[in-house]
Amino acid sequence: MAVKQYIEAIHDALQEEMARDERVFVLGEDVGVRGGVFRVTAGLIEQFGEYRVLDFPLTESAIVGVAIGAAAAGMIPVAEIQFADFILPAVNQIISEAAKFRYRSNNDWNCPIVIRAPYGGGIHGALYHSQSMEALFTHVPGLKIVTPSTPEDAKGLLVSAIRDPDPVLFFEHKKLYRSIRGEVPEGEYSTPIGKAAVRREGDDITVITYGLGVHLALDAASHLEKEGISTHILDLRTLRPLDEQAILEAARKTGKVLIVHEDNKVCGVGAEVSAIIAEHALFDLDAPVRRLAGPEVPAMPFSPTLEKAYMLNTDKVAQEMRALAKF
Amino acid sequence: MADKVRHIELGLTDQQVLDMYWYMVLARTVDERMWLLNRAGKIPFVISCQGQEGAQAGAGFALDPSKDYIAPYYRDLCLVLIYGHTAKSELLSAFGKPEDPNSGGRQMPGHFGDRKRRIITGSSPVGTQIPHAVGAALAAKMRGEDFVAYVSFGEGTSNQGDFHEAANFAGIHKLPVIFFCENNRYAISVPESKQLACKNVADRAAGYGFEGVVVDGMDPLEVYRVMKAAVEKARNGGGPTLVEAKTYRLVPHSSDDDDRSYRTREEVEEAKRGDSIVRLKQYLLDVGLLTEEKDAALRKKALDEVNEATAYAEKAPHADPATLTHYVYAEEAVHHGR
Repeated sequence: MAVKQYIEAIHDALQEEMARDERVFVLGEDVGVRGGVFRVTAGLIEQFGEYRVLDFPLTESAIVGVAIGAAAAGMIPVAEIQFADFILPAVNQIISEAAKFRYRSNNDWNCPIVIRAPYGGGIHGALYHSQSMEALFTHVPGLKIVTPSTPEDAKGLLVSAIRDPDPVLFFEHKKLYRSIRGEVPEGEYSTPIGKAAVRREGDDITVITYGLGVHLALDAASHLEKEGISTHILDLRTLRPLDEQAILEAARKTGKVLIVHEDNKVCGVGAEVSAIIAEHALFDLDAPVRRLAGPEVPAMPFSPTLEKAYMLNTDKVAQEMRALAKF
Repeated sequence: MADKVRHIELGLTDQQVLDMYWYMVLARTVDERMWLLNRAGKIPFVISCQGQEGAQAGAGFALDPSKDYIAPYYRDLCLVLIYGHTAKSELLSAFGKPEDPNSGGRQMPGHFGDRKRRIITGSSPVGTQIPHAVGAALAAKMRGEDFVAYVSFGEGTSNQGDFHEAANFAGIHKLPVIFFCENNRYAISVPESKQLACKNVADRAAGYGFEGVVVDGMDPLEVYRVMKAAVEKARNGGGPTLVEAKTYRLVPHSSDDDDRSYRTREEVEEAKRGDSIVRLKQYLLDVGLLTEEKDAALRKKALDEVNEATAYAEKAPHADPATLTHYVYAEEAVHHGR
């Protein structure tokens, strides 16, 4: 196994899938000559040429719409939206078109596209380079929503997304790009969409989270271990479809559940996870479900103190975990 | 006599120009039947092609249904008939029956689609299909194949961002796509004068670096001439063309609209005199390819097909309610918990 950065794992998945299947191509703003503003696609244009690594004008709706049309004609497009915040002009194409292609044609057409987008804050990106957009799309049947937290999953889930016959939104937490390294298996592999992963076994409390939250929970759990609190951590990995069985198993394991995400709380992914637990595992609980999420403000401010106040961190997560353990 | 050989000069055989007329008449007959069924309370909704059959026929005959992709909009009944749909398929759609090849009765009538015929599935938000056609054209260019993509839309839709974004991109890469605007003068109730500051939709092509052409959309042969040139240019690497066919919507926007509130009856009656079906019939009479007797027989054949299709579609079984949750994702993936 090689140790790779999260961003390298994403790059490798793209490079290997493009080499494996000539129908696969990437399109987006600055993905070609510049190699992406985060450098995810660095080097691909030299290897695959300017059409398979296609620099697009500033037209998010067309990036997705053209990807849909190319897929209709037999290609496998991987569209990059430069920041998840800028996906909004493409929402009509994603929700009205990609999500409904199969259903509205009674299984005649399908829409095998991937839309990658860096999301999340903590990089001084202010309101429009920090947002978490996943809840908006997780509500939509017909889409699959993937939010990997480790380099191994980033690569394996992107491979699965590219090979999936339906549209997949692939959200990459940009704070993980270069801060997280991890072992990535050698050779070709894929990680199934729709399966959560237990990141730590524990007996006292359960944390259910995804993306950056996984790393905060793992850090907090190692602190709490010294205090005698044993934490079970479930990484959702895919937000649609949610792995209900894994959620219920994780909830029943300890009877105490904390859900953590950076996206704001109201109608967030945590609301659905807690509803699933309430519907199916209420009497296995020893404490009310708790949620730690971003505040109910429109987006993350630029001011360093306000950004810090918005962002989750290990201390905030640990504090919630302690409170839950004491209940 | 020069006019007599017009279709021959354009490269159409006698049979092809008669077929063109047949599809226009069939489309009109299907469309009129849908209005009757709607007014009789048998189908909930109609959206019409009436007035635009000639433009669609001219365009459809310039394409190659064996390889060219089309991304039609909701008035393109005549076009999809040329692409292989039938009175039966469209009446099944009107009744929302699962045998409908467009959507299995899931979508409103007029929301066309058929993978094996390269008719890209369409929706109701206008203009979303324009980047789809451009994407198909991109695939042709990337793979070095010689198919073209065709997309149609109304003049109202030419105001949408998706039109601009898609046309701009197609222009940059000289993609093999034809943007076909069926300007029927109204976006529901809003006339052209309140939709466009420029004289023609075709004028907008200059901003995207390719040619825009205005054509009399009530003259199917003229539309064919312009479209054939656009298709040949696209196929030969010459890039996109924006063709604007000036037509007129002869009926209300849909079965839920009342056009008496925004246009005069005199205006509509005047437009009917220039109906493309009337004009092509006159041409065929003039060149001796049609007689009143042959025309009556042709119209009876269309009516027979529509009668048979209506009876079939009305009797066809409705969707099993258990299918409501089918095909959200690939079934194979669902079975594997994905």
